[in-house]
Amino acid sequence: MIHSRFTLENILFTSFKFVVVMGLVLITLYPFWNTVVISFNAAGDTIRGGVTVWPREWTMTNYKAVWVTANIPQAFFVSVSRTVITTILNLAVTSMLAYALSRKEFRFRRPLTLIVVLSMYVNAGLFPNYFLIRGLGLMNTFWVYVVPTMFAGFNFIIMRTFMRTIPESVIESARMDGAREFFIYRTIIFPLCKPVLATVALFVAVGAWNSWFDTVLYASRNPDLFTLQYQLMSMLQSSMNQSRSAADVGSSGMAANINASMVTPQSIRAATTVIAAVPILLVYPFLQKYFVVGLNVGSIKE
Amino acid sequence: MPPFSRKPGLPRRKPFVKKPFVNQRDFLLMSVPVVLYVVLFTYAPLWGWTMAFQNFKPSRTFWTQEWVGFQWFEYLFSDDSFVRIMRNTLAMSGINLVLGFVSAIVLALILNEMRQMFFKRMAQTISYLPHFLSWVVVSGLVATMLASDGVFNQILQTLGIIQKPLMWLGEPSAFWWIVGFANVWKEVGWNTIIYLAAISAIDPALYEAAEMDGCNRYQKMWSITLPSIRPTIMVLLIISIGYIMESGFEIQYLLGNGMNQDYSQSIDIYVVTYGLNLGNYSLATAGGMFKSVVNIILLLSANSFARKMGEERLL
Repeated sequence: MIHSRFTLENILFTSFKFVVVMGLVLITLYPFWNTVVISFNAAGDTIRGGVTVWPREWTMTNYKAVWVTANIPQAFFVSVSRTVITTILNLAVTSMLAYALSRKEFRFRRPLTLIVVLSMYVNAGLFPNYFLIRGLGLMNTFWVYVVPTMFAGFNFIIMRTFMRTIPESVIESARMDGAREFFIYRTIIFPLCKPVLATVALFVAVGAWNSWFDTVLYASRNPDLFTLQYQLMSMLQSSMNQSRSAADVGSSGMAANINASMVTPQSIRAATTVIAAVPILLVYPFLQKYFVVGLNVGSIKE
Repeated sequence: MPPFSRKPGLPRRKPFVKKPFVNQRDFLLMSVPVVLYVVLFTYAPLWGWTMAFQNFKPSRTFWTQEWVGFQWFEYLFSDDSFVRIMRNTLAMSGINLVLGFVSAIVLALILNEMRQMFFKRMAQTISYLPHFLSWVVVSGLVATMLASDGVFNQILQTLGIIQKPLMWLGEPSAFWWIVGFANVWKEVGWNTIIYLAAISAIDPALYEAAEMDGCNRYQKMWSITLPSIRPTIMVLLIISIGYIMESGFEIQYLLGNGMNQDYSQSIDIYVVTYGLNLGNYSLATAGGMFKSVVNIILLLSANSFARKMGEERLL
C-alpha cells in the first residue's frame, strides 16, 4: 500500500465492507433462528406476534404434533437409504466411465463422450420420463429413487477433468507390468481421485436427500416409501392451506381464545422446517472443505 | 513400448496393429453399459414426444392411438392461460437472472476486498449453506418470515411502511419478487465461488501497475477486476440464457396458492397441472416439448452470438 491506511475514505470503505458482510451473515442465519424460536414457542402465543429472538412460552407440542402426524422415523430411514445407495452407485458408475473416456488410447472415446455430454442438454420432459419409469416397472418401488439418478453428465465432466491431471506415466508403467484396465482403475485411479470423489459424493448426496418431487410422481401410492422431504412437503402444503383460514380466524378476533396446548399451521410449519433442515445443518461443517476444491476443478471443464 | 507414445516418423495408427483390442475391450466394458444407460434414460424418452401429436390414452397401445397432428400446439398457443404462464415464466427467470448476477458479482467484489481472512472465511462458509437446503426448507423459512404474524411484517410496521400486517403470499404482485429474493438468498454465496476463483487468477502485477498510475480502488475494480472476469460472466450468462424457460418449479409448486396463481404458475406448473391433475398427457407433453425446443434454440443462438462478439464459447 502506497497510501496511508487511516484516511477517512479507507475507514468508510472498511466499515461499509463490514456492514455488508455482517448483514449477509445476519440475513442468512436469522430466518433459521426465527423459525427455530417459533417452533419451540407455544402456538397460541405465536399468533399474537412479536416472537423474534427467543421463545416466550417454551413448548414441545409442535414437535409432538409433527411426530404423530407423519411417520418420521420411517421417512428418515427411507431418505438415508436412498441417499447412501444412490451416492455409492453414482461414484462407481461415474468414475468408471470417466476413467475409460479420459484415456486417449481408447478408440471410441470421442463418439461415446459426445453422447454423454449432449445428454446434459436433452430433456424429454416430465411425462415421457414418467411413462419410461412406468414401463420399466419401477413405480412405487424403492428402486425408483435410485435407478433414474445413477449418473449425471455434470459429475462425469468434473471427474474426467480431474483424471486428466493424473500423470500418464503412472498408468503406463502399470500397463507395462501387465495390469488390465479394471485393475488400474480400481487400484490406482480410484484412490488417487479421493478429492473429486468427495465432491461428487457431496453433490449427489445433497440432491438425493433434498428431492421430493419423484415421490409425488412415482411413489405417492406407497406410504412406506415416503421420504423425509416428501412428508415435510405435504405437511407444509397442508399448513399453507390451513394458515389462510387461520388468518381469517385471527382477523375476526378469535385468536385470543386459542388455548396453549393447541397447535397452529404456522407452528407446525416451523417445526417441520426445522426437522427438514437439521440433518443438512449437522453434516455441513464436515463437508464444506470439499466443495470449493471440486467446483474449481469442474470450472475448468471442456 | 507404451501404446501411444508418438515417435516422429511412426504412423499414428500403428500401435493398434501391434496391440489389438485387449485394452479396447476393457474400456468398452467400462463405458458402453453406462452409455447405454444414458441412452435409455435421456434419449429414449424423446420417443414420448409422439404423445404431443396424439390424443394420448394410456390404455391404448402405440398403434391404436389417435393421431391429431399439431392440434395440441394450436390449443396451447391460443390458450389464454398459456400466455399468462409464459409471462410469469419469463418474468420470474428474468428477475432471477438479473438479481442473481448482480448480487453475486457485487458480493464477490466485496469479499475480494476483505483483508481479514477470518471474517472472509466465516462469511463465505455461512453464505454457502443455504445452497444445500431443499426448497421444502427454504419455502418453510420464507413462509415463516412472511406470515402475517411474522418478522417481515413487524419490521415494516415498525418502520411505518405499512399500517397493518399483509399476507405476502396472498399478494399476487409480490410473488415474482418473493421468488427472486428467495433465489438470491439461497444461491448468492454459492454463485460467488466461481467469480472469486476467476478474481484470484488475475495477475497481481496489473493492480501494482494501476497503483503506480494512481488508480483508487474503485478504478481498479472497474478497469481491472471486472474486465478480467468478463469471460466468466459471459459464459455463465450464456448458460443462463439457455435456461431462461426454467424459472424454477419447486418454489412455485410449494408457495403457489389460489390467491397468487395468476402470477405464480410457471410453464412447469402448467405441465404438471394438465398432466398429473387433469390427465391430459398430450397437452402436458406439448408444453414440455415447446419448452425444450425453445431452450435448445436459445442455447445455440447465445453460443453463436458469443462467438461473433469474440467472447468465450460454451460448445
